[in-house]
Amino acid sequence: MTGSTSASHPSARHPSRPGSPRRAHRDLTASIAGGVASGLARHLAVPVLWVRGFFVATAFLGGFGLMLYAGLWMFLPADQHFEVGAPGLESATRTGKRPGRRSRLRDAGPAIALGALFFGVVLGVEGIFGQGVLFWPVVLGIAGIALLWRQADEAQRERWIDSSGRIDPFRAVFGNGGWAAYGRIAAGLGLIVTALLVFAIAAGQATFAVPVLVAGLLGLVGLAIVVGPWAKRLIDDLGAERVERVRTQERADMAAHLHDSVLQTLALIQKNSHDATTVARLARSQERDLRQWLFEAETTDATTLAGALKEMAADVESQHPVVVDVVTVGDCDLDEALRPVVLAAREAVVNVAKHAGTQRADVYAETSPGAVDVFVRDRGAGFDLGAVASDRHGVRSSIVDRMERHGGRADVRSAPGEGTEVRLHMARHAQHQSPTQPQPHAQASDEENR
Amino acid sequence: MTETASAGPVRVVLVDDHAMFRAGVRAELAASGVGVVEVVGEAADADAAVDVVRELQPQVVLLDVHLPGGGGVEVMRRQPSADTLYLALSVSDAAEDVIGTIRGGARGYVTKTITGPELVDAITRVAGGDAVFSPRLAGFVLDAFAGSIDVAAVDEDLDRLTEREREVMRLIARGYAYKEVAKELFISVKTVETHMSSVLRKLQLSSRHELTKWASDRRLL
Repeated sequence: MTGSTSASHPSARHPSRPGSPRRAHRDLTASIAGGVASGLARHLAVPVLWVRGFFVATAFLGGFGLMLYAGLWMFLPADQHFEVGAPGLESATRTGKRPGRRSRLRDAGPAIALGALFFGVVLGVEGIFGQGVLFWPVVLGIAGIALLWRQADEAQRERWIDSSGRIDPFRAVFGNGGWAAYGRIAAGLGLIVTALLVFAIAAGQATFAVPVLVAGLLGLVGLAIVVGPWAKRLIDDLGAERVERVRTQERADMAAHLHDSVLQTLALIQKNSHDATTVARLARSQERDLRQWLFEAETTDATTLAGALKEMAADVESQHPVVVDVVTVGDCDLDEALRPVVLAAREAVVNVAKHAGTQRADVYAETSPGAVDVFVRDRGAGFDLGAVASDRHGVRSSIVDRMERHGGRADVRSAPGEGTEVRLHMARHAQHQSPTQPQPHAQASDEENR
Repeated sequence: MTETASAGPVRVVLVDDHAMFRAGVRAELAASGVGVVEVVGEAADADAAVDVVRELQPQVVLLDVHLPGGGGVEVMRRQPSADTLYLALSVSDAAEDVIGTIRGGARGYVTKTITGPELVDAITRVAGGDAVFSPRLAGFVLDAFAGSIDVAAVDEDLDRLTEREREVMRLIARGYAYKEVAKELFISVKTVETHMSSVLRKLQLSSRHELTKWASDRRLL
């Protein structure tokens, strides 16, 4: 599911702005150990199972996979530093008006699975190589280090979620506290100390100087590991903070712009208060503007089908006294083959505005892998399809013929008193066809414009 | 619906953090819902809402999605009254808010631009045990089941919308009224409402006791 949806909607969740390089992140929302695999899977657009399989498989090549994982864990930045939502939603989240994201880590399943896997690897390696002298200390040490990193991760995430914005050194290490955090720190430190002890006991027969030296070195490494993540993150945070400041300014500019537009509209409404139609139209266009800005993360531009339909609806709304409610399920890029659908839908909505005698039109578009279906429905006067004079071309040429010319289909269902529904159906061809044959479509749309 | 109307007006509590909006809804309900709907209480945040609902035990709560103290979901999570039904009334168009509220236990979702008579109709329908879907909500639901909307943790069960339920949802998304859906599919209005309720149930599977029940039904626990 992850693979198919992210492949078909590359821009849906992670809009990549032109000019900014794509960077891999660790995905902390779908993490088992550090979210490295899921982050990589998203970056490379392959199923996460493959990446996890790769790490597990290469782990047997002398631990290469484990090393790689650990390295990536350290150096890949965590995502969601500043998950950019629509301003209205972000503000509501900040003021505690929306439920917080629930942590997936409450689920003990991954931890148990990971533990079992780890234990299995240990037993397997022991079975193959025999119980080496250094093996257990090393395993315990690595487990301790992993736990400490894990805790640092958690603490970092909680610091970002914290809305108060202060960075408290205690919280930076321990997060929100709780037995899990303390336990993890204690277990990590305990494991490292145990590793040193086991090592010292095992090496007891050797000369005195070597264990002391090694123990000292290990101690230093342990200290670096405890402080290291914190220091590194602090540097990362500073950079992120700068980005956030720039973004805040940008947002302030936008808010100012919006306030201006709202105030302008209100002024216009006051001046036109005697003209109900104008007031309604102004209020509606302003509402749409604000609503889109506040609650819709993705901008509705005309490069996708849903965006084009919304733009079409806004356009018709501003020219005719009609409210168009657009509901879309799924989305796809708007290529030349789909443009006739939007144009036909527009014609249908305009017909509602002009002839139906109602002020509401529902537009519903459903995009499936095989086809695009658009329905335009009103509950207006309706008409008798057979009784339409043959010299009237609105429905016939603009909707039915246009759709048929481009390989689609249009049905108009209407009865007097029951409203009208126009159903547009267009099969979606394989994506590679449209770039190779642009000519016929382009010509056809030229003909329409004439 | 008619039986609840004959048993006296539906007792409604209004939860919204904007006093202006509460006053407006109160006025609208008073104008178009005389004898059918009665506003018995108001609350401005989640804590107050829990207290008021616990005290008044209303039939229906009109619940804003964005609410100080954790949002409307928080009120439903604390379950102040066992028999109370919730109708989400929101200005937010964000899919995750709407779907989140429905998954939290709301029986329907309407936008704040709804007219007075439509709101009264929606309240009586919820009070009668039915689910209220606006075209937009139906669209979100279809999207959620198709996987285009990221619902926090996607359940295994989520893609199991029967063909019939899908069809009903599609018609609702196309702007059909319940009785028009019934006519189009040659089924009774009651059947349409049953389909809607089962869609709602499938969406709400994530709430804890539902999930437990679902699991124990299948002998997984």
